[in-house]
Amino acid sequence: MQIDILFITLMLLSSAAFFIGRQRASKIVQGQIQSLHSLPSFYGFFAAIWSGLPAILLLAAWVVFEPAIITNIVIANLPEHITSLGQSHVNLVVNDIHNLTLGNLTATEPSAEIIAAADQYKSLQATSHMLLTIFSLLLVFGFGLVSVRKIHPQLRARNVVEQVIKVFLFLCACIAILSTLGIVMSVLFESIRFFKMIPIDDFLFGLTWSPQTAMREDQVGSSGAFGAIPLFTGTLLISFIAMMVAVPVGLMSAIYLSEYASTKVRGIAKPLLEVLAGIPTVVYGFFAALTVAPLLRGAGISLGLDIASESALAAGLVMGIMIIPLVSSLSDDVINAVPQAMRDGAYGLGATKSETIRKVIFPAALPGIVGGILLAVSRALGETMIVVMAAGLAANLTANPLDAVTTVTVQIVTLLTGDQEFDSAKTLAAFALGLVLFVITLLLNVIALRVVRKYREQYE
Amino acid sequence: MNNQQADTAPRRAIDVINAGMDRRKRSEKRFQLLGKLSIALAIGFLAMLLGSIVSKGYGAFQQTYVKLDVHLDAAKIDAENLNKGNYSGVIKEGLRNMFPDVSGRREKRKLYSLVSQSAAYQLQAKVIEEPGLIGQAISIWVPADDEVDVFFKGHINRDIAEEDRRIKDNQIRWIDHFIEQNRIEKRFNTTFFNAGDSRNPESAGIWGAVVGSFYTLLVTLLLSFPVGVASAIYLEEFAPKNKFIDFIEVNINNLAAVPSIIFGLLGLAIFINFFGLPRSASFVGGLVLTLMTLPTIIISSRAALKSVPPSIKQAALGVGASPMQAIFYHVLPLAMPGILTGTILGMAQALGESAPLLMIGMVAFIVDIPAGIFDPSTVLPVQIFLWADSPERAFLERTSGAIMVLLGFLVLMNMVAVILRKQFERRW
Amino acid sequence: MNVEQETGQKEMELNPAQTKEAMDLQSKTPKVDRENRETVGDVRVDDPRMRCTDINVHYGDKHAIKGLNLDVGKKEILSMIGPSGCGKSTFLRCLNRMNDTIDSCRVTGTIEMDGVDINGKSIDVVPLRASVGMVFQKPNPFPKSIRENILFGPRIHGLATDKDDLEEIVVNSLKKAGLWDEVKDRLDQPGTGLSGGQQQRLCIARTIAVEPEIILMDEPCSALDPISTAAIEELMLELSESYSICIVTHSMQQAARVSNRTAYFHLGDLIEVGTTDQVFNAPLHQLTEDYITGRFG
Repeated sequence: MQIDILFITLMLLSSAAFFIGRQRASKIVQGQIQSLHSLPSFYGFFAAIWSGLPAILLLAAWVVFEPAIITNIVIANLPEHITSLGQSHVNLVVNDIHNLTLGNLTATEPSAEIIAAADQYKSLQATSHMLLTIFSLLLVFGFGLVSVRKIHPQLRARNVVEQVIKVFLFLCACIAILSTLGIVMSVLFESIRFFKMIPIDDFLFGLTWSPQTAMREDQVGSSGAFGAIPLFTGTLLISFIAMMVAVPVGLMSAIYLSEYASTKVRGIAKPLLEVLAGIPTVVYGFFAALTVAPLLRGAGISLGLDIASESALAAGLVMGIMIIPLVSSLSDDVINAVPQAMRDGAYGLGATKSETIRKVIFPAALPGIVGGILLAVSRALGETMIVVMAAGLAANLTANPLDAVTTVTVQIVTLLTGDQEFDSAKTLAAFALGLVLFVITLLLNVIALRVVRKYREQYE
Repeated sequence: MNNQQADTAPRRAIDVINAGMDRRKRSEKRFQLLGKLSIALAIGFLAMLLGSIVSKGYGAFQQTYVKLDVHLDAAKIDAENLNKGNYSGVIKEGLRNMFPDVSGRREKRKLYSLVSQSAAYQLQAKVIEEPGLIGQAISIWVPADDEVDVFFKGHINRDIAEEDRRIKDNQIRWIDHFIEQNRIEKRFNTTFFNAGDSRNPESAGIWGAVVGSFYTLLVTLLLSFPVGVASAIYLEEFAPKNKFIDFIEVNINNLAAVPSIIFGLLGLAIFINFFGLPRSASFVGGLVLTLMTLPTIIISSRAALKSVPPSIKQAALGVGASPMQAIFYHVLPLAMPGILTGTILGMAQALGESAPLLMIGMVAFIVDIPAGIFDPSTVLPVQIFLWADSPERAFLERTSGAIMVLLGFLVLMNMVAVILRKQFERRW
Repeated sequence: MNVEQETGQKEMELNPAQTKEAMDLQSKTPKVDRENRETVGDVRVDDPRMRCTDINVHYGDKHAIKGLNLDVGKKEILSMIGPSGCGKSTFLRCLNRMNDTIDSCRVTGTIEMDGVDINGKSIDVVPLRASVGMVFQKPNPFPKSIRENILFGPRIHGLATDKDDLEEIVVNSLKKAGLWDEVKDRLDQPGTGLSGGQQQRLCIARTIAVEPEIILMDEPCSALDPISTAAIEELMLELSESYSICIVTHSMQQAARVSNRTAYFHLGDLIEVGTTDQVFNAPLHQLTEDYITGRFG
C-alpha cells in the first residue's frame, strides 16, 4: 500500500475508534452520563489515541529509516568493482539508483549492474511497504480492541487524554531545541569533513579564496584556495558601511520620534519605518543592484572616481537602509525605558531638551542601545539577498568601499546553488562558512540579549 | 529677571547662563534638525525605493501586441495532425508578406524577431480551437518580441547610435510601419499573471511562483501554527520552572536571530541529504520556513496568552474544569486574535524570505506550474531574484512588476493583521 | 512694579489688624462656608519674589487650577498643603514651567518673577529653571557619579570651566546640602548607590549648584524615613536664609515645622493663605479646618 493511502486509512480507523469508544461509554452506563468519570467524548479520544498513536509512530519511524536501510542493503550487494572506487563514486551510483527507481533520467546511461540494483531497491521497497501495512494494521486493531474493552465508568479517560495532550505540547516545545541541534549538526559535521581536507588554520587565516571547480581529480590546483580572510573582511566592510548608515539614522529617528515629535508626526512616521522593516530583502537587493549601484557609479564617474558596479558601498548603503528600522525600534524601546524622573531632573536644572537627551538619557540608555546595535550587527553579518544581488563574487582583500568585495553569505549561496557533488571541498566549504557565521551571530545574539535584559532590569 | 539688586551680591550665575543661551539654542536647533533629517532620510529612502520600483515596474502590466495577416495554408498545417503544423512558418510568411522588400537571411531573421516565439503557440491554440480556419486568411494579434515591447513603451531612445541600441534602424522602420497601420498596441498583460517562468520575457509570468509560494506557505502554516501555539501553551501554562525549560526559552530567543541562510544549510543537510526529500519541492521549503517562523509565532502567542487575565482561568477552574479544559475552552479563544495576528505577521515574513530557499534548490528554472507540494517549484521572491539576474531590459520591468505583486500581498497580510488587532483589541 | 508694591504695602498695612481680629474672633466667629471657594487670607506679600495672578491650568478637559492668586516672598518657606489631586503640585510646576513638558497641559495667567512674566513669549525656560530649581518627590539622581551629578548643572550652563572652580562648586554644594561629610571620600561613586535620604540631599545639592534664587520642593520627604526627613527639614531651614523655598507636602506636621506661610488647596482652588501659625491654629475657612482636623485628606 502507498504510504499516503496507508496514513489516511490509519487516520480513518482511529476516528472510527473514537466513535466506537464514545458509544460504548454511554452504552455501559445506559445513558446515565453523570455516572461516568469523564465525558463520553473523552472515552472516544481515549480509544482513538490508543488505536492510532502506536501505528502512526511506527509509520513515522519506518518512513524515516526505510530509505537508509534499503540503500545500505543495496550497496552491500553491489559488485566489488563499483564499491572499490571509493565513497564519492558509490554516492554517484546510489544517486543513479534512486533516480532509476523514481523513473527519472540518469546522468549517464545506466549499466546492467545498476539497473539490477535499482530493481532490487524497488522490490525491497515493495516488501518493506507490505510489512509496514501489515504491522500498522495489526497495531491499530490490536490496541483499538484492547482500549475499547478497557472502557468502564471508573476509567479516568480525561486524565489519560490530557496527559497525552500535555506530552504532545511538551514535544512541540522541544522542537526549538531540535532545530538548534539540527543547525549545529548540519554545519558541524560537514565542517569537520571540510577541515579534514583543508586545515582549519588555512581556512581561518588564509588570505586567498578561490574555490575553483576541478573538472578532473588530477587537475592542477584542483583543490583551490580556501583562505576565508577576504570573505571575513568583505563581510565586515559591508556590515560596517551598513552600520554607519543605520546607527546614526536609526538612533536619531528614534530620539526624534520619542522626544520631539508630536503625536501626529509619530503616528505617521512610525508606521512608515515599519514598512521599511517589512520589505523583503530580495527587494532591497534589487534596489541595490539596479538603482543604487548605477547611481553611485554615475556619481563616481562625474567625480572622477572609479566605483565598481558591485561596490561594497552600494550593498552596504542599502543594507544600512534595511537595518534602520531595527535600530530605531530597539533604541525606541530602550529610550522609553529611561524613567521620566531622569528627564524631570535634568529639565528641573534648566537643561535644554538636547542637553537632557545627550547628557542624561543617552548615557543612561547606552547599554541598551549597544545591545540593540549588536543585534543589528548580527543581522547585517547574516544578511544574504542584498549582498548576493549587489556585492561581487571576487574575493578581494581590500578596505576600499568603492571596490567590489564578497561576503561569507554570498559564497555560501554561490557554492551551494547549482549541482555539486556533496564531498568536494568546494561544497563543504559552504558549511564551514556557515559554521563561522552561526557561531559569530550566536555569540553576538547571546551577548546582546543579555545586555538588553540587564538594562531592562536596572529600571524595573 | 536679570535686573540687578542692590542688596544681594551680583547675580553671577544667571548672567553667565543668559550669556550662553544663544549658543545653546543654536545647538538645540541643530540637534533637532539632525533628528528631522534622520526621519526625512529614512522616509526618503522608502520613497526612493518604492518610487524606483513602481516607475520601473508599472509597464510590466502591459504587453505590446502586433496584428498579423496570415494565411493558414493547409499545406503547412495538417488538419489531421494539428499539433505538428508549421505554425511558425505561417507567422513568418505573414511577416514576409507585409514587408516583401526584405531580403537576405540576416534581414529576414531580424524581421522574424519582431514577434514573440510564443506567437506560433498562440496561433496553434487558435487553430485547435477552430479547425475550420484552416485554408483561410485571418488577422491575428500576437505578442511582440520583448525588445519591440520595450521600444514601443518608449524605453529605448531612437537618437542613440545604432550599434548601442538593441533595436536596429530597419526594425524601427518596420515598427513605424506597424504604427502607421494601427497594427501595434499595448494590452493588459494577462500572460504575466497566468504563465510560468520562461526564457522569453514576453511569455514569462508569475503564476508558477505564486502557486509555489502558496504551497510553501500552506505547508509552513499547517506545521508552524499548531506546533507554535502548542509550544506557547506549554511554555506559558504548563511548563515547570527548571533548567530544561530555561534552555528551551534560550533556544527560542536565539533561533529568532539566527541568519536565515543558516536555516537553508539545515534544510540542505538534514531534509534533503539525510532524509532524502526531493530538491526544489515546496514541501521542503515549507519545512525550512516553519523552523524559521516558529520562534516568531511562539513569542507572539505567548504574549497573547499572557495578556488574558488569570481571573478567567481561575473562574473556569472554580467551576470544576480541568486546567486543560480551562485553557482550551476559555483562555485560548480569548488569546486567539493575538495569536492569529502574530501568525499572519510570521507568514508575511516567510512569504518575503528567499535566502534559505536558494539552498534547497528552489532557485531552479521551472516552467511548469507546480501541482502539489512535492513538485519542483519556486516562490515569488526567488523568482524576483532570478529575473533580476537576467540581462533583458524587459525582465527588469517584469522583476519590478513581480515585486509590486509581492509587496501587494504583504500589504494585504499586514492590513488583515492590523484590522484583526484593532477589531479584537481588548483592555482588561 | 510700583503699583504692585503699593498694593502690597496697603495689604501689609491691613494685614496685622486683620490677623489680630481673626485671632480674637477665632472661636466665636463662624468660619467661611464650605461652598465658598474665594481665597481667604492674604495672598500678597510685601516685595514678593514671585507674584502669580489669575492662574488657570487645564489638563485636556480637566480644570486643574482655577483662578489662583498667590505671592512667594523673599527668603521664606511657603508650604502648600491639601488633599491629593488638589492642584498643589501642578501649581508648583507652574513656577518653573515644568508643565511645559506635558503635552496636554495649558497654563494661563501671569507669573511675575521680579516683575517679569515668566510665561511671556520672550522668556526662555532654561535660565528660568536655572534660577527656580526643583527637587522632586522621588530622589532622582542621574546614573552618574556623585561629582558628575553635582556638576551636571554648572557644566551645561557653563558656570565654570576651570577644574578648581568646578571642584569648589562640588564641595560648596555638598556642604550646603549637609552631605559633604558623608560622601567626601566617594565622590566618584555612582549617586544611585546612596541611601534614599542621601540621594534626596544629593538632588538638593545638585539644585543648589546652579545658584538658584528659589527652590521648589515637591513632597521631597514622602519617600524617606523619619531620620532622613529630619535632616532635610533642617537643611530647608538653613537654606531659607538665602533662598525662597516653596514646598508641597502631605505632612501637616512638616508644614507646621518648617514653613513661614501656608497655603491650603482644595480641588483646584486656593482656599486659604496665611502665616503658618494662623492657618494651623485659627483657620478662617471651614474646609481648611476640616482638613487640619483630619476630616478628610
